[in-house]
Amino acid sequence: MSSTAFPTLAVLADELRSGRRSAVDLVQQALQRAGQCAALNGFVSLQGDEALAAAAAADSARTATAAPLAGIPFALKDIFCTKGITTTCGSRMLQNFVPPYDAHVVEQLHAAGAIRIGKTNMDEFAMGSSNENSAYGACVNPWGSDRVPGGSSGGSAAVVAAGIVPYAIGTDTGGSIRQPAAFCGITGLKPTYGRVSRYGMIAYASSLDCAGVLARSAQDCATVFQAIAGHDDRDATSVERPADDVQASLDKPLHGLRIGVAREYFGGGVLPAVAQRCHEALAELEKLGAVLVDMALANAHHAIAAYYVIAPAEASSNLARYDGVRYGHRCAEARSLDEMYSRSRAEGFGSEVKRRILVGTYALSAGYYDAYYVRAQKVRRLIANDFAAAFASVDLIAGPTTPTPAFRLGEKSGDALAMYAADVNTVAVNLAGLPAISAPAGFVDGLPVGLQLIAPAFAEARLLNATHQLQRVTDWHLQEPAA
Amino acid sequence: MSLDHTAVRHIARLARLAVREDELESLRSDLERVLHLFDDLAAANVDNLTPLAHPHDQSLGLRDDRVGETDRSEELLALAPFSQGGYYLVPKVIE
Repeated sequence: MSSTAFPTLAVLADELRSGRRSAVDLVQQALQRAGQCAALNGFVSLQGDEALAAAAAADSARTATAAPLAGIPFALKDIFCTKGITTTCGSRMLQNFVPPYDAHVVEQLHAAGAIRIGKTNMDEFAMGSSNENSAYGACVNPWGSDRVPGGSSGGSAAVVAAGIVPYAIGTDTGGSIRQPAAFCGITGLKPTYGRVSRYGMIAYASSLDCAGVLARSAQDCATVFQAIAGHDDRDATSVERPADDVQASLDKPLHGLRIGVAREYFGGGVLPAVAQRCHEALAELEKLGAVLVDMALANAHHAIAAYYVIAPAEASSNLARYDGVRYGHRCAEARSLDEMYSRSRAEGFGSEVKRRILVGTYALSAGYYDAYYVRAQKVRRLIANDFAAAFASVDLIAGPTTPTPAFRLGEKSGDALAMYAADVNTVAVNLAGLPAISAPAGFVDGLPVGLQLIAPAFAEARLLNATHQLQRVTDWHLQEPAA
Repeated sequence: MSLDHTAVRHIARLARLAVREDELESLRSDLERVLHLFDDLAAANVDNLTPLAHPHDQSLGLRDDRVGETDRSEELLALAPFSQGGYYLVPKVIE
C-alpha cells in the first residue's frame, strides 16, 4: 500500500514539537496532494498562500508543548463564515459573499494553531445526500470516480479520504457528516446538539444543525472535538456544560458495555452485505467485552417523514434572509421590491433548495400547520422518547450508517424521494439531538461501509472510546483508495 | 394530498420564489410526491404527546446585558449589492 495519508494527529503533533517535521512541510504536502486530486472537486476554494504564511509563523513559534493541532493543516466546509474569505455555502446565492467575521469553530481552530488550507465543496445550503446539489459542481468519491462522496459534507469527507488533509470540519443536520464519512471510508463524529457553537455557521435547520469532525480515526476525531466543543454566548442554543475530556477515556476497556443492535436499522432497504459488514464489526466489539443486546426502536420508520417536514420548515424560515437586499445575489432587472425578492431568490437558489423552501412553506402555511408541522414535532417527541427508553437498558445503539455503499453519480439525482429514503438511519439522531459516530466497517464490492453508533446526549466520550477500541483491533479505517 | 397549479403559485408567492409558467407542472408533481411521503405522519400514534421543538427541551439561557459588538455598520453595508449614504438601496416602493 503506497500511503498518501498523514499519520495520526498525535504523531504529527509529536513530529512538529520535536522539529522532525515542519508545518510548512505539512502544508506543502497538503497543497500538492490537493493539486494531484483536483479532479475530485473537493474544494470550492484553496487558501494556499495564507496557509503557507501561517505555517511559517507556526514553525518560528515552535515549542515542545505546542497545542495538539498547532501547525497541522485541515479543510473547512464552506458553510462556515471566514473573515475576508468568500463563503459560498455551495450556492450561487453567496458566490460573492465575503463575511466580515469568523465562525466560532473557525476562531477555536485558529486559536489552537490549526491551519486551514481551503474550503470544501458541499450540497447547496447543506441540502443533499450526494454533493450533487452544489452550484460548484459535484464532488467525486475517491473510492470510485463514478460514485458520489455523500453529502452534504461530501467535499470534507473526500479530501480526508484522499489523504489531502488529516481532518476536516463538517456539519450534520440529518446525517451530513456520518453519511459521507461512511461512503468515503473515514470516521465522522456528529456531537450532541448544542455542544459546538453554531455562531457563524450558515443556518439550514436550526434545531438540527450541528458542527462536527471528519477524520481517519476516532482518536483524531477526539482531538479535534476537544478543540471545537464548548459554550459560546453568541449561540443561544449552545449548552452551558463543560465538554468531557474525551481523550482521557479513549483507552477504557469495553468490558460490560451494552450495545443495542437496533433491528429497524438492519431492515427494509439495507443491503444484506452492508448489514453483514456491520455485524462483523459488532462481533469485534463483542470480542472486546461489549455485550450485544437485540432491541427495537418502534417508531424509527417515521423519522424520514418527520425530518422532511421539520428541516424544510426551518429552512423556509431561515432562508427568508436571502432577499437580495443586505448580501447575496440580487436580480439586476427587477422593477419592484417584490419582483426583486422573488427573482433574486429564483436566480440564486438551486432546484433542491427551492423544493425544500416550497415544502417547508407549505407545511407552515395556514390550514396545514397543525397537520404537518405540529404533527411532525409530535412524532419528533415520539422518536426522542424511544431513544430515551432504549438508553435505560443499553449504553450505545448500533446499525449501518447507510443502507448501501456510495451510489453512482446521477443515480438518484432525478428522484428526490429516493435520495431522502437513503437517510433512513441517520435523521432520527438529529431529531433527538443525540451524538453519533460513523466508523469504517469493511467493504462491499470495493466500496466502504460505515457502522453507526449512537449515544445518549453528551456521551461523546463513550462513542469515541468504543470506536477507538474497535480501531485498535481492526484496520478498516486505515485502508486508502488507490491513488 | 393533491395539488393544483393555483396552490403551487400560492406557495411560491408565500416563499417569494419566482416561478415560470413552464415550471409549474414539474414543481407540482414534485411537491405532490414529497407531500405524499408525509402521509406517514398520520400513521404514528402521537396521542398525549406534546410537540418537541428543540432537542433538549432547553429554555434559552440568560447572559449579562453588556456591550459585545461594536458598530460595524460600514463593513456590513459594504456587503449589500446596492447601498448609499448608510442605507440599503431597493427598488422604489412608493410611487
